[in-house]
Amino acid sequence: MDPILGVHGSALLFRAARMDVLATNLANADTPHYKARDMEFSAALDGLRTGMLRTHARHIEPPQMAAGDLQYRMPHQPSLDGNTVESDLELARYAENAVAYQASLLFVNGRIATLRQALTGRSS
Amino acid sequence: MTMFGTFDVAGSALSAQSLRLNLTASNLANMNNVAGQPDQVYRARHAVFRAADSSFGDLMKDVGVRVLGVIESTTPPVERYDPGHPEADEQGLVYAANVNVMEEMANMISASRSYQSNLEVVNTAKDLMLRTLSLGQS
Repeated sequence: MDPILGVHGSALLFRAARMDVLATNLANADTPHYKARDMEFSAALDGLRTGMLRTHARHIEPPQMAAGDLQYRMPHQPSLDGNTVESDLELARYAENAVAYQASLLFVNGRIATLRQALTGRSS
Repeated sequence: MTMFGTFDVAGSALSAQSLRLNLTASNLANMNNVAGQPDQVYRARHAVFRAADSSFGDLMKDVGVRVLGVIESTTPPVERYDPGHPEADEQGLVYAANVNVMEEMANMISASRSYQSNLEVVNTAKDLMLRTLSLGQS
């Protein structure tokens, strides 16, 4: 976890990575035999919460949030050609992910504004 | 790797879907073609899609969509008895293109919807990138 930006720096990385995965699903919505994939935020967060701090150069790296595990989605209605992408649901998840990305961006921005205020001693 | 990859992935899908739309257009345009020989008539064309990289599990790899090729439909052309037609053979038959209009319309709608959703992906990603670029400027 970043000491300045907190969890939100890592969350941004996770959201950007998930965005890629969801875009891949949508791009392959008409590809036969393609299996939709996704990664779970809570799993990535748990990986981050193991509480390991790196205080020495020879300590092992704590897990990065962006390296969430990809998992195959369980489709509600798989199509006849073996494709498991449900475009509408994927689009909804994509939108949700974009909003979460903006939320994290907002927190990071606020953090930067706070620090700047503390450094310069005046607001904005 | 991230974010810029989104543009590559969605871009590959956009070009694949527009190719599909093109093929639908040429199928519908040649729907009423007839010929005197069964092997001379227009055959419906369809694109074959494949995920650009099928080794799943590697997060760092962006998997766009690739057009493997265009295939011609193997359904036999429709025989039609029309002895007055200048192209008709000695039995009075002409052969019409094997384009299935229902199939083509369904294909067209599916392609245009996929195109739209990928365009939305590009737009959202662009929006988020611009916001990220202005990080810390208040």
